[in-house]
Amino acid sequence: MGLREYIVRRIFQLLVTYWAFLTIIFVLFRVAPGDPTSMFVMDGLTGEQREREIARLGLDQPLHVQYVEYITQLLSGNFGTSFRYSEPVWDVLVVKFWNTILLMGTALIVAYILGITFGALLGWYRGKKVEKVGIVAGLVARSSPEFWTGIVLLSIFAFWLGWFPSGGMRSVGAEIGSFGERYFSADFVYHMVLPVLAGAIYYMATPLLLMRNTMMDILKADFIEVKKAEGLPERRILYRHAARNSILPIVTVAAIVSGTAIGGSLIIETVFNWPGMGREMIESVTYNDYPMAMGTFFLMGSVVIFMNFIADLAYVYLDPRVQYD
Amino acid sequence: MEPSLGDGGDLTVAELDRNAETLDATDQASARSRLIESGKRTGSMLVDVFRDDRMGQAGLAILLVFALTGLFAPLVVPHEPTEINRGDDGTTLRLDAPSAEHPLGTTNMGRDVLSQLMVGARVSLIVGFLAAFMAVTIGVNVGLISGYYGGWVDDLLMRITDIAYGLPFLPFVIVLVFLMGPSLLSIIIVIALLLWRSTARVIRSQVLSHKQRPYVESAQAVGASNLRIMYRHILPNVLPLAFLYGAFSVAWAVIAEASIAFLGFGDPAMMSWGQMLFEAYTADAIRFAWWWVVPPGVSIMIMVMSVFFIGRTLERVTNPELRHAE
Repeated sequence: MGLREYIVRRIFQLLVTYWAFLTIIFVLFRVAPGDPTSMFVMDGLTGEQREREIARLGLDQPLHVQYVEYITQLLSGNFGTSFRYSEPVWDVLVVKFWNTILLMGTALIVAYILGITFGALLGWYRGKKVEKVGIVAGLVARSSPEFWTGIVLLSIFAFWLGWFPSGGMRSVGAEIGSFGERYFSADFVYHMVLPVLAGAIYYMATPLLLMRNTMMDILKADFIEVKKAEGLPERRILYRHAARNSILPIVTVAAIVSGTAIGGSLIIETVFNWPGMGREMIESVTYNDYPMAMGTFFLMGSVVIFMNFIADLAYVYLDPRVQYD
Repeated sequence: MEPSLGDGGDLTVAELDRNAETLDATDQASARSRLIESGKRTGSMLVDVFRDDRMGQAGLAILLVFALTGLFAPLVVPHEPTEINRGDDGTTLRLDAPSAEHPLGTTNMGRDVLSQLMVGARVSLIVGFLAAFMAVTIGVNVGLISGYYGGWVDDLLMRITDIAYGLPFLPFVIVLVFLMGPSLLSIIIVIALLLWRSTARVIRSQVLSHKQRPYVESAQAVGASNLRIMYRHILPNVLPLAFLYGAFSVAWAVIAEASIAFLGFGDPAMMSWGQMLFEAYTADAIRFAWWWVVPPGVSIMIMVMSVFFIGRTLERVTNPELRHAE
């Protein structure tokens, strides 16, 4: 099978997965929780008003008609009106979506830079004491749930040392201007340090341990011996030759992990009071705000599915030896 | 979060060839004894690998301590975990610092932290092991069937696996727990519902490589049924990998349960470590009551770590290269 055919097939699979995902949303939010009308029809209406409202929203239609209608609405970004905000879900979520992407994206970038660097060093210093310490540190980081890492960071840097704020995205009274002003201000970065650190520590373990393992394999390869025999400086061999060849598996994992990290935003944003999608989801579920819960779930799932797709593409693109199966 | 894996199949190539030579699939007794034998082989290999691995031993020891604590907690807790303790003057002991009477202090409701901590071990253990067991059982079966039959069966099962991968883990779990009600059972089921996916993929690729081996071909040649080949011949060979993924699944399930409880969706009737941290966090106690916050957090961390240690040791069974090297 050629590359082109593989990609076409993968796109077809993507569509199937996405369709299944939309169906799951329909089942979860429309069919499962008792009276499906509770989702769109507000309480406090009289019987007659309620029926008129049900008819207006098409909830008296047969299920398959509702299904088609529902998915069309989802795909056009029409998630209904939030019960809590009395605003369209989309309008509320657009801002929160970017807050989350910026936070988790930064955390992941930091995690991968640190993880790859230290992982390469650990592979290089194989069998030394440094390696043992590094591995244990990696395991500790991976064994601590994000909320625990977050709480520890809060206790030390916010409550004890007082270096960083304990939560939120900007200081009280800070002006909210344009998109650029909102995100490229010192105040924003200052608030972002601790939550980014919490995420980075948790997500660093995967690239760290993976990089070390691949490095160990690569360092056994003949061409490394040749480079050593050529008398190249160690640092140059490490970064120019060994590390470069070990990056491949990391890239694929990175795409998958960034999908998972979207789920992790639920916790980090709760701990640090970050006004993003994750915290919004927790609150909407707690307050029975079905349209909002559905909207966040839809967006998060879409990101995960998209990132998995990217991971597969990156894999075949980067590794010429790959077999398409 | 996938662990690194070598081709675990290499492990038993020599043994497999031997199996193929002596294969007599129509003979029930010999097949059974071979299964037992390979079971024993896996068993003795596990013992060997754990014997000279400090980390693995430490992991087992820690887990044993937690298991005993959870098992006997109701008998040995110094106070009832939900009891509101009062001081000598009759007032509620709110956020009391550690003392002889309350070695880990009290919560804002005057409850004994140590007692909650001991009882909390049970939830992590129950959820961790049951969810992991369910997930690995599903994953191994899906992987076996998918890899062995191939064709449309494989396509169908792998698309279902893709779909499971497409669901964001924690959000999905939260929504389902919310719909099903926050009971321990629904938390276990929901975690298992997504956790099987990684096991299924890895077992499938292992089965694919085993399918090409001579022992499977000769079993087919003498007319062994598909079920028999899958569960009697192939399964024992992928079992070490299933154990490895079992260990990782326990770790992820423990973290997932703690996260659910921390977000406030845990079983309100069962005190768990995640729940303790949820209450401490909501009461804003991380500022001043370290004795309420540190014990549950460290406990979760140590329990997950012990399982990872065991996983690292098991990894040497599936990846012999690691065994010789270290």
